[in-house]
Amino acid sequence: MSTALQFDPIRLPPECEVLRREVRAFLAEEIAAGTFDPAAIETDDLFNREFSRRVGKKGWIGITWPKKYGGQERSFLERYVITEEFRIANAPVRLHFTADRQSGPVLIKYANEALKADILPRITRGECCFGIGMSEPNSGSDLFAASTKATKTDGGYRINGTKVWTSNAHNADYLIAIFRTAPATKENRRHGLTSFLVDMKSPGITVSPIYNLTGLHDFNEVVFGDMFIPDTHVLGEIDGAWKQATSELAFERSGPERFLETFIVMIELVRVLGAKPDVRAAEALGRLVAQVHTLRRMSVSVNGMLQAGKEPIVEASVVKDLGTVWEQRLPHRAREIAAFVDSGDVTNRALFEEHLAFATMIAPKLTLQGGTTEVLRGIIARGLGLR
Amino acid sequence: MGGRHLAESIVTDTATRILSDLADPQSVNRARDTAWEPALWRALSGAGLPLAWVPEELGGVGGESADGFELARVSGEFASPAPLTETLLAGWLLAQAKIASPTGVMTVAPCRWNDVIGMRRDGRLMGRARGVPFAAASEHIAVVVTGAEGCRIACVATSACRIAIGKSLAGDKVGEVTFDDVKPIAIADAPTGFDAAKLMTMGAAMRALETAGALQALLRMSTQYAGERVAFGKPIAKFQAVQHNLARLAGEAAAAMAAASSAADALSTIAADPRKFDEGIFLEVAAARIRSAEAATEGAAIAHQVFGAIGFTKEHVLHRFTMRMLSWRDDFGNESQWALELGNQIARRGADGLWPFLSSR
Repeated sequence: MSTALQFDPIRLPPECEVLRREVRAFLAEEIAAGTFDPAAIETDDLFNREFSRRVGKKGWIGITWPKKYGGQERSFLERYVITEEFRIANAPVRLHFTADRQSGPVLIKYANEALKADILPRITRGECCFGIGMSEPNSGSDLFAASTKATKTDGGYRINGTKVWTSNAHNADYLIAIFRTAPATKENRRHGLTSFLVDMKSPGITVSPIYNLTGLHDFNEVVFGDMFIPDTHVLGEIDGAWKQATSELAFERSGPERFLETFIVMIELVRVLGAKPDVRAAEALGRLVAQVHTLRRMSVSVNGMLQAGKEPIVEASVVKDLGTVWEQRLPHRAREIAAFVDSGDVTNRALFEEHLAFATMIAPKLTLQGGTTEVLRGIIARGLGLR
Repeated sequence: MGGRHLAESIVTDTATRILSDLADPQSVNRARDTAWEPALWRALSGAGLPLAWVPEELGGVGGESADGFELARVSGEFASPAPLTETLLAGWLLAQAKIASPTGVMTVAPCRWNDVIGMRRDGRLMGRARGVPFAAASEHIAVVVTGAEGCRIACVATSACRIAIGKSLAGDKVGEVTFDDVKPIAIADAPTGFDAAKLMTMGAAMRALETAGALQALLRMSTQYAGERVAFGKPIAKFQAVQHNLARLAGEAAAAMAAASSAADALSTIAADPRKFDEGIFLEVAAARIRSAEAATEGAAIAHQVFGAIGFTKEHVLHRFTMRMLSWRDDFGNESQWALELGNQIARRGADGLWPFLSSR
């Protein structure tokens, strides 16, 4: 296997810049109308039904999907622009983000026609919230240790077991979850898991909050007590979810949200440093800018490959590894850089410190969610032919 | 730059073939003398590669901008000890003032931010340039001459200068060139707005590409070696700690290549015309310089860790890549100096200008 990873210098085409202007104008209007505050620290308000509906009206959810399912058949590079502008503006996208990024594409690939016709248009209208049911108390990075059981019954399956760290489960209309339909085999420990669409209105589901260390409620414990899922809600091959998991990863791991989550600290750092920083601060700032520019160019490149119909799984893992390690380190670097700045506007300083504190608190999760650093490096090592 | 188009793959293939035949790192490392040098240079010159950036009417090949950057990348992949990128840069510089390129090895000056070469009223050059790569090996030096009424570009015979010879980390000859009353062979006004920073920009972009090329080679070598070297009863590639180190090396190599290719693409789009170097070009090149130098630091350490003691020997080829990459960090402005400039530029734009600027690339 070749060790050379491909990162062609893809530029965003002109239609992307047109779209970027539209997106910025829309977000500016929403901010002016008081829908959200771009400088606010994250709160539970990131879930906003009315806002997601207005985004849907713009045609900006599921923008790459087929028109017959409510999509626009536009490019991954246009989706990239929407994602990064919404992220930078701190826009409340929690309702539709997961569905737009990965649940929709999974349904397009593996759901039956009736489900697609029913659910995809609702996602694009900003009416449908998705969660992902992967982790369990004894199965995190080791995805194939999942033990929540799906037992065959008339016309479907009965589900018993527990999922944890399920983001958004308390808001979600659906989960895409993997359940055990057969034991693993000696030859293949990944065998025996099946992917299902879970309607969260089904009887037999108990969602309980798990507060994270910032005190916010994002993830949950989801307990299934004899919940019924019809056969029509099986996604893809029975016992073969492991074959499907990988293609999702390129979508999930390469986006700008994988290096911009703490970026607001950098913006506020520049504000605190002022127009004439000292040599030490200016040099350190320059290095941060070089990193984020490089990450952005890599992420655009991966999205260009997605647009070309490739599955750049290793490249996407590289972007997420470098990106999340960097964004995790960013608040700590910003703190060191600002250490000797002791003058200037008091309000700016307070805003910087508020964001710094929050980013420092959320930093640990950045290299865990959506594939830990260790898992990513394993994937890269496999790509190098070492496994 | 226009002129005849050399398809990227032809340039790549030609350079790769010549370098594998005549500058294979293993053979060069084993050689007891420098007898291989003239043959290598003859082959490179014979293919027109060193003057790829010189228009035909000025004695060159009139290749595309992208060709020159591609040559730098390939050159880095072989840790090539030939003054190819230096001669390319010199040809590019002379062409800016419509000065014809002489044949033979050339280099450029100044190569450090604070070095200034000036001109006396009688047209003779004064000044000192430190860290000039291949100064002693060159026949001519292309010089940016800074004056009160704008810059000029000069072609100087190396024999007219005083050169104190030093060595880079990689053992390549580096010179401190003193211009003491030197009469140039040719001198002409540079285009309006041209200054030494434009040469630094092109030089830094070339070093970024060479570094990215070298990192690709290091990744390939390290991965292969880890699969062959057995310890504790199995190839070290089977140990997770080693796998993760190699995954990090892949990340550093990828980041360096992405940043350097992006800068090369940006420069090629404007045909490397210095009149079009704007703040966007500055961001691209600064980021490429900074990120590739950081990747060189990290990447060299990881590769040496993988190879262990054998990689620390004179006999082994590894140092040809690692030491050269580390020494490239200091040419045409080190990454700290570029970061300082970039940081100041960002600070001047202010907090609310940061994202619009980044997203414009």
